[in-house]
Amino acid sequence: MSYFGDIASATKTLISGMKITGRYFFVNFFTRKEIITVEYPDNIDTLKMFDRFRGEIVMYHDENNQHRCDACTMCEIACPNGSIEIIWDKAINEETGKPKKFLEEHIYHLEMCTMCGLCIEACPADAIMWGQNFHHATQDRSHLTKSLNQPGSSFIPGYKNPKK
Amino acid sequence: MTANKTIITDFLVDQMQMPVDIAFWVEIVVVAAVYLGVFALLGLFLVWMERRAAAFFQQRLGPNRRGPAGLFQTIADALKLVSKEITGTEKRDKFLYTIAPYFVIVTALMALAVLPFSQELQAFDINLGVFFITSVSSVAVIGIFLAGWASNNKFSLLGGMRSGIQMISYELSIGMVIVAMTVLTGTLQLSEIISFQQEHGWSIWSGHIPAIIGFMIFMIAGTAESNRTPFDLVEAESELGSGYHSEYSGMNFAYYFLAEFVNMFIISAMVVILFFGGWLSPFGITDGIPYVGVFWFVFKTLGVVMLMMWFRWTFPRFRIDQLLTLEWKYLIPISMVNIVFMALVVWLGLTF
Ligand code: SF4
Ligand code: SF4
Repeated sequence: MSYFGDIASATKTLISGMKITGRYFFVNFFTRKEIITVEYPDNIDTLKMFDRFRGEIVMYHDENNQHRCDACTMCEIACPNGSIEIIWDKAINEETGKPKKFLEEHIYHLEMCTMCGLCIEACPADAIMWGQNFHHATQDRSHLTKSLNQPGSSFIPGYKNPKK
Repeated sequence: MTANKTIITDFLVDQMQMPVDIAFWVEIVVVAAVYLGVFALLGLFLVWMERRAAAFFQQRLGPNRRGPAGLFQTIADALKLVSKEITGTEKRDKFLYTIAPYFVIVTALMALAVLPFSQELQAFDINLGVFFITSVSSVAVIGIFLAGWASNNKFSLLGGMRSGIQMISYELSIGMVIVAMTVLTGTLQLSEIISFQQEHGWSIWSGHIPAIIGFMIFMIAGTAESNRTPFDLVEAESELGSGYHSEYSGMNFAYYFLAEFVNMFIISAMVVILFFGGWLSPFGITDGIPYVGVFWFVFKTLGVVMLMMWFRWTFPRFRIDQLLTLEWKYLIPISMVNIVFMALVVWLGLTF
């Protein structure tokens, strides 16, 4: 490009950049409309995290306090750092009369979890999913070891995993 | 401060029954203290302004907790810096390391002293005003260079070297723009430049095309001169840590930090004096009223400061070769041609 062409195109491109930031400034200076940051501790009551935010692993429970986990331990195997422990037992299934695994406790060590999501991908039954809570600070490390199935919950009877 | 001097000395001599000699020295001390206070407050205010403006440019809110709109945030920061330990590298050159910040501070203060805040409020109306400001602010580069050298740290040294390259080159085009504007106004004295503009309209209007070209060059070179993005190679965080002041802590660091912002104010004030009529009000609406000029001067200067902040938060940083290409291949030839152009315009009487 020529000497003067350079100057002209430089001026043009600089002005087009300044237009964008200038618009941001005036909009935000007068109306605060396009501010994308939030004032965190103040808005704690209304704060809604994004659906895809990775806060912790939670287990889906329906309204009857029933979950979909059949204790297959796929998530436990998938987890690269052993954050998940499945405690299961066997019981006679009334329908078929055969012994069947059931979940006793799904133990989740939040303090070791790297939020990689491999357990959720591995779960064939979509029993576990991302929770958006991020207020994890506690006084004691033992509070970070969580039991994902709620007390008294049970397997949805007859639930068939669609992927299997 | 011709007018203000008489106010203070008159007061001291008449009311306090002080001998004239002592009153003279007391007055010097008072004015110096006032300017030091202005320097500190101005620096703190500009840092706050920069943070708020930067936040809005980036769709953030910026500091808004301490005081109204976060105004006391920088005061809190300054208190924190005062309370910090002053450390340094083991093998630094102690003498140079210690005096380096004062070069920057003192030159900024000296340049501040000649600025005409209004017709009545000017500490030092020297007849070489513009020349004085440019020559004094070129001494600031020594402070930066010494800091880089004396820290005995290779990144600081690189920062110092870069500042040498950058400030010395860009001073050339600043000087040439000043020469062009001097051709128009016919004087170097700051108060005379403004009274010229009072008669003929602001220079950017009476000098039209060459003045506008000069204004653009001055803005670019002034931004480079005050070491601000896109010309902040001197303290490029991603390349040099923080450049020449990497090894400074506490108040010594704060001196550099404040001086940078005050230098920005001084450059903007120069722009306002040379191109936008200094303390003159638009269309002369308040020109008769004393001291209102302060408002217009500060208002216009903060407008130019705003423009520099706008540059800073829009443009990415230059590479060092691009920086030198811009100066030596573009700004200097254009400003040289601009002097001739301005001379022709003035000679042919094409000014307004
Ligand atoms: S998210 Fe990753 S680290 Fe955390 S429990 Fe699942 S597999 Fe383990
Ligand atoms: S959560 Fe999913 S993968 Fe893990 S044991 Fe239960 S069903 Fe199997």
